Amino acid sequence: MADTLQLQLVSPERMLVDEQVTEVQIPALDGYIGAMPGGAPLLSALKPGGLLTYIAGGRQKTLAVYGGFVEVLADRVRVLADAAEFGEEIDAAKAQARLQAAVKASEATQSETADPQLVIDELARAQAAVEAAAAK
Amino acid sequence: MPSLIDFRRRIRSVKNTQQITKAMKMVSAAKLRRAQERVIAARPYAQVMRDMLANLVAAASSDDRSADSPWLVRREPKRVDLIFFSSDTGLAGAFNSNLLKAAQKFHEENAGAEITLTLVGRKGRDFYRKRQATILSEHINVLNKPTYQDAAGIAAEVIRRYKDGETDAVYVINNDFKSVMAANLSVAQLLPLELPKQEGRGATSQSDYLYEQSPLEMLERLMPRFVEVAVYRAMLETVAAYQAARMTAMDTASSNAKDVIDSLTLHMNRVRQAAITKEIIEVVSGAAAAE
Repeated sequence: MADTLQLQLVSPERMLVDEQVTEVQIPALDGYIGAMPGGAPLLSALKPGGLLTYIAGGRQKTLAVYGGFVEVLADRVRVLADAAEFGEEIDAAKAQARLQAAVKASEATQSETADPQLVIDELARAQAAVEAAAAK
Repeated sequence: MPSLIDFRRRIRSVKNTQQITKAMKMVSAAKLRRAQERVIAARPYAQVMRDMLANLVAAASSDDRSADSPWLVRREPKRVDLIFFSSDTGLAGAFNSNLLKAAQKFHEENAGAEITLTLVGRKGRDFYRKRQATILSEHINVLNKPTYQDAAGIAAEVIRRYKDGETDAVYVINNDFKSVMAANLSVAQLLPLELPKQEGRGATSQSDYLYEQSPLEMLERLMPRFVEVAVYRAMLETVAAYQAARMTAMDTASSNAKDVIDSLTLHMNRVRQAAITKEIIEVVSGAAAAE
């Protein structure tokens, strides 16, 4: 059994990660999943906003992943992200501003007709961006 | 007989045109390279999605409620949505006329169906404006800089219509980028989903998955994505194919200009020579008369 996983993370615009990793934390819809080599195959949707961390060559890396799907196989993890960014690519100040805007929107829309799910998702995305920026 | 000056003027004008077409060719070549990179960058996502979908559809089909899922049910194609991709600007040879021809053929083949159009690109819009057609939406100027967001916006209404049963099938017509010299005209059925038959590798692994959410629920989430990605891909392909077609057209125009200049220069030299000969004869005969 190989002791690494092939992690592929793709967004519609580009492929962000294609690496051999020893461990991955995936923000699945119903909670974080840890994937190690030789795990059970699994398919799941992802949180609208969450952190994906992986360890490759002893170094930990963090990405903000904004929704999508994941496929886990014994020797391979494929993440189909709606959008994703590396923690180090995120501008912390911008992410903070986005979070504040999202919080404000969530407070404001309670009475209005805007789709509450959209507001909640945006809040989760902004939160993930802030956390990813902090975790770099 | 045009005079020497006339020839010079014409040559200068053709040369100017040639410079412009050469510059346009260069611009297209640069844009093509970028468009090609984007097409290639978007490929892994489509591939992974296709694999996942194949597994999901197989798993979801065994669900009891699959008959109710709009994504799995097949209806008689009485109402058809067509997403038509053309370019915003011309000067690209037969790029758009080939597309429009394909669209007309599509109309003939589906004469019994009620066709609703989603038009991306100005040329397609201009074409259908003059005709009797049901147009759902028009998207102009999105091809300058194709983004996934634009694609999602274009797809949104079509997705809703298909899900709510307002349309029975969705087709896409666009030019796929094949090489600089040739574009592949593609008329593809997007919905209902046509999946290629499972190959050996996928067939064994599909039943072993643990599903965090029910396959049907995941299909529900994945299918809109699938349509968006297809639209996005079609946009990228259209841009790449368009730039390639434009580059080729401008290259032809430049070499045509060169031919014109050559033949004009030849004529000009002939006129010049005739004038010189005439002058010599005049001088010689004048001298002869003086003796």
